[in-house]
Amino acid sequence: MTIDERHGRFERYAERLLDRARRHGASGAEVCVEGRLASLTRFADSEIHQSVTEDAVRVSLRYVRGRRHGMAVAGRLDDSALDSLVERAASNAAGTAETDDWPGLPEPGPIPEVTGAYAAATAEATPELRAGVVRDVIAAADAAGAAASGSFATGAVTTVVLSSRGVRAAQTRSDAWLVTVHASPGGGTGYAETCAVDVAHVDGAALGREAAGKARAGDHPVVLPAGEYPVVLEEYAVADVLAKLGRFGFNARAVQDGQSFAQPGLRVATDLVTVWDDGTDPLGLPTAFDHEGVGKERVSLIDRGRCDRVVHDTGTAARAGVRSTGHALPAPNPVGPLPVNMFMAPGRLSREELIGRLDRGLLVTRFHYSNPVDPKRGIVTGVTRDGVFLVEHGEIVAPVRDLRFSQSYPDVLRRVGAVGRDRRTVRGWFGGVPVLGDITAPSVLVDGFRFSG
Amino acid sequence: MTPFGPAGAPREVTDLALDAATGRGADYADVRVVRRVEESVTVRGGRVESVVSDETEGVGIRVFACGAWGFAATHRYDAGAIGRAAAEAVRLARAAAPSLRHRVTLAERPRARGAYATPVREDPFALSLEEKVADLLAADAALAVPGVVSTASRYAAQREWKTFAATDGSFVEQVFTHVGAGIEAHAVRGGEHQRRSYPEARGGRWRQAGYEFIRELDLRGDAARCGEEAVALLSAPPCPEGPATVVIDPSQLYLQIHESCGHAAELDRVFGAEASYAGTSFLSPDLPDSRFRYGSDLVTLVADATVPGGPGTFGWDDEGVAAQRTTLVENGILTGFLTSRDTASRIGRPSGGTVRAESWNRLPLIRMTNVNLMPVPGMSLEDIVADTDDGLYLTTNRSWSIDDRRWGFQFGTEIAYEIKGGRMGRIFRNPVYTGITPQFWRSCDAVADERSFVMYGNPNCAKGLPPQCVQVGHGCPGARFRGVRMVAGR
Repeated sequence: MTIDERHGRFERYAERLLDRARRHGASGAEVCVEGRLASLTRFADSEIHQSVTEDAVRVSLRYVRGRRHGMAVAGRLDDSALDSLVERAASNAAGTAETDDWPGLPEPGPIPEVTGAYAAATAEATPELRAGVVRDVIAAADAAGAAASGSFATGAVTTVVLSSRGVRAAQTRSDAWLVTVHASPGGGTGYAETCAVDVAHVDGAALGREAAGKARAGDHPVVLPAGEYPVVLEEYAVADVLAKLGRFGFNARAVQDGQSFAQPGLRVATDLVTVWDDGTDPLGLPTAFDHEGVGKERVSLIDRGRCDRVVHDTGTAARAGVRSTGHALPAPNPVGPLPVNMFMAPGRLSREELIGRLDRGLLVTRFHYSNPVDPKRGIVTGVTRDGVFLVEHGEIVAPVRDLRFSQSYPDVLRRVGAVGRDRRTVRGWFGGVPVLGDITAPSVLVDGFRFSG
Repeated sequence: MTPFGPAGAPREVTDLALDAATGRGADYADVRVVRRVEESVTVRGGRVESVVSDETEGVGIRVFACGAWGFAATHRYDAGAIGRAAAEAVRLARAAAPSLRHRVTLAERPRARGAYATPVREDPFALSLEEKVADLLAADAALAVPGVVSTASRYAAQREWKTFAATDGSFVEQVFTHVGAGIEAHAVRGGEHQRRSYPEARGGRWRQAGYEFIRELDLRGDAARCGEEAVALLSAPPCPEGPATVVIDPSQLYLQIHESCGHAAELDRVFGAEASYAGTSFLSPDLPDSRFRYGSDLVTLVADATVPGGPGTFGWDDEGVAAQRTTLVENGILTGFLTSRDTASRIGRPSGGTVRAESWNRLPLIRMTNVNLMPVPGMSLEDIVADTDDGLYLTTNRSWSIDDRRWGFQFGTEIAYEIKGGRMGRIFRNPVYTGITPQFWRSCDAVADERSFVMYGNPNCAKGLPPQCVQVGHGCPGARFRGVRMVAGR
């Protein structure tokens, strides 16, 4: 089935569902149909141990009657689901009280032109293709005497949003995502990750070499005492910082609930730090609209160190008296709107130059299982993983055993002393939120990062 | 309640899938036909924010061919779609086979036959929506004491019809009903934000039961206390740092068990299957034979899929292995793991029956069932507090993090009560403790008796790629630990 055929099938179903809702007595309705064809080849200890594929669909109906609204979701696209969806959504609407502050369904608005969101080669990637790329990763591990674990996912997601107010949006996006951790016999581990619209841009051998090199360099780590160290955070670690700041800071609901550190104009970083969200940028995994069918707006989050704007969905926008920025998540959404296509501006230094500026400090590859301790202050705890190195006089001198940290992430940005010129695009993880997101981040030099041991 | 609900005749679907898989060359295949319905109500700030009913259903086919596994899932029931899924599963297995370096064998199990259903006294799906909304609104209103700036209250119920069949003739039908609810109050002053929740924050407390469990929780009864404590915490002193004796109540201890015992004991993690994502384990397969000391003599942990009402209770797991109770740690000594058929065979044991998938479209993995800390007769939780001269009483999880080997952890709780001379006194804000898993459990010098034993559940335990969440249970009483390192919570 071509993309156009898939869009047509989903749109026809959504139209029928809107029509059923209207005939049932709805004063308004919104339908979101999302279909995902996704496959993943997983490997551990240098062999493929899990290979999966799925053909799944999710249809949601928001049924409005006056100032009451209810939602129903189904996992199939057939006639029997139509009536069930309408009945259930209508029943849910009837069971709620009228809500004075509900803004209603969003009006149709401009949806940006997005190019480069889909590659047929990714959507149609075969098990053999994925196994071949995985073999390249494993070969690099073998060559270094390491063991490779990881996964390689390919797939496409089609999203159609239609509403009784005239919203009409359809898109198909593809994504390929490869991640690997290599483990060396001496206890070192290394990490590499990439994501791309086009599977052809995923180079398993290169990622395998990157992870293997770091794993070997990590053998026989030394133990360092807790304390504050200057650090170079590699792109993977910076992506974690940005994801947490997006979730707990630049989310309009967190701001409206008084639980965010973000305030317009507040300095949260040095002048070197500029961060924005842009669903349309082909450097990431482009997307034209959100799950309410509202077009994606480029939103400046941090402008040369100062908080600028936050992202909105229709509900938070109405409360703030502004327009939605197109950042609604799939309903029901207890989290609020999120920036899920984040970018940080690059600097001018190479990785070597960043490391060269460390007189005595640490090079950190990434963070693991980081979670908020105090979201309002942006304090996060987590551990380093898959590559920490002691740097002295600008040279890597020893691998270091992983360290725990409890650290304010805004404080990290407030102490950024330099930014790398190269950036990576990685999958964004936003705390279990079921949405395909990405983060494009450079490495940064931070003049003090507190490790608790 | 029909065995499978309105989805039709799963026997025809499972036969179709198994025939298609073997016809394509599978040496073994199993299939799950799953239909799941869920309803949820969210109230925020005194108004109903969302009422949602969700349904999903489909077929997941797992095959073993050429010595490798393959899995394919489809939301369609027609013969063409099922045939294509079965063929794709076999193709996936064949594509993986050339990379294999270990021979996969499956621990034997008896052919699975039978049915299981959650005992439900008051069907949550039969109850009027108005009543459920009214209960939640009442609780949410009671949270809003002066000083509280926002409130949130949630209720949800899930019902899942699952049919499992395998090429060895196994055929099992199960119906699960889970319900859960929780409330939380938030207070903010300047840069300080405090939360109190009941029964706990992370989606509330869950049970395999009917609406009777929601009534037993009495959300409204605890709401005002939650609100008042959230406000009081704004003015409370920070929790002292340094080594301390801590009494941890079940609303925090269950998550400590989950993160530092349950995940560590998953044998697929031990063998490295999750190395690139969730991580591995500090345990190794030989440790039970060498009598590794996990905790003090008072620490006995079991994985029990037979506990009535446990969130992780079932009749058979997703490999057709009957529910069982496995001792993981006995009087402090590691004795076992959470296992699947293929991992169990690697250590020469039968499967412990702990394999489950989130839904029809996910590959079954080793998951916790109900991993419980067993009560110890002799002292109630109140007795333990009375027996503590100087310490802290920690309750209700606020933050959590643990490394990829489940070795070093850090947890925060919503509130700490000072214990002086055996009595609980003033409150502290932002308590955070850190530790090393076996050192922490070895420092346990008191476990309360069954009177404080509570079954908690984690409805969002994520594992695997693509990530999948299942309901797991953790029953535990309160317990005391010595020399725990309290650290700054801000």
